[in-house]
Amino acid sequence: MRVKIFVSLKNGVLDPQGKAIERSLHTLGYTEVGDVRVGKYLEVEVNAASRTEAESRVREMCDKLLANTVIEHYRFEIEE
Amino acid sequence: MRWGVITFPGSCDDHDVFDSLKSDLRQQVKFLWHKEELKGQFDCIVLPGGFSYGDYLRCGAMARFSPIMRGVVEFAQRGGLVMGICNGFQILCEAGLLPGALVRNAGLQFVCQQVHLRVEETDAPFTAGMKKGQLLRMPVKHGEGCYYADPKTLEQLHKQRQILLRYVDAKGKSTAAANPNGSLENIAGVCNERRNVFGLMPHPEDACSKLLGGDDGAKIFSSIAAASAEKARQHA
Repeated sequence: MRVKIFVSLKNGVLDPQGKAIERSLHTLGYTEVGDVRVGKYLEVEVNAASRTEAESRVREMCDKLLANTVIEHYRFEIEE
Repeated sequence: MRWGVITFPGSCDDHDVFDSLKSDLRQQVKFLWHKEELKGQFDCIVLPGGFSYGDYLRCGAMARFSPIMRGVVEFAQRGGLVMGICNGFQILCEAGLLPGALVRNAGLQFVCQQVHLRVEETDAPFTAGMKKGQLLRMPVKHGEGCYYADPKTLEQLHKQRQILLRYVDAKGKSTAAANPNGSLENIAGVCNERRNVFGLMPHPEDACSKLLGGDDGAKIFSSIAAASAEKARQHA
């Protein structure tokens, strides 16, 4: 199974990269742009017997290593 | 006093710490390789600065799973002194030995400059040899040193008086201009609740000799050595 994992900074955590990109977009004339937040996207190939098993393993991976839950949120999608 | 300095792949200040402790402070120091188990008798373990594992994923995220870290966690749980400088601070936060996290500098730039620090608490071995409000001058050099803690954790830090160092100006005021990286409340160094684990972004090892522009950093190391000697006397 292919798992797509999205890691993003929690609200309240400064995202200076997002702010710089927001300003750049404004400079380019995209005045409709509001808040920009930068995150991470990972694709992980997982061998699992079932979707439920993959879910619980990936959640563990995220909590342990892939995200720092002090500052980040994560969500993931599993593709068969 | 017996010090251990851990080398992770990508550590680059391990030799600075080693040399400062050995030549400037006349201490017993040993290098420890991250892949080995923590063996031997130590009074303080130092996690040095650098870019462990290339700072991949997040600074310190992978180093915390290096084999030696199991022993470091146990050592800290037994009350051993652990100190993380810069990348070492990031690793200790990732390992859950210290509260909060270090994120990208607010100004997005890598900062490399001298800073002034104010000693906020002196009832931890790391600052016990100093006076509350004392100013120290030493360098910072990092891209991800912006200290963050959620409001609940911050309240805890205040209550337990875990903030040991703050960035200040030359007069000792914690202003926004004196904050090199956007750290919450100008926080430069914190300890754990038990006060035996300490992390700081500035580099005391690069300020241990007047020849290198200052020796305020040595005050932190000698403070630890004095506190450790005192503890040994009490146990003797």
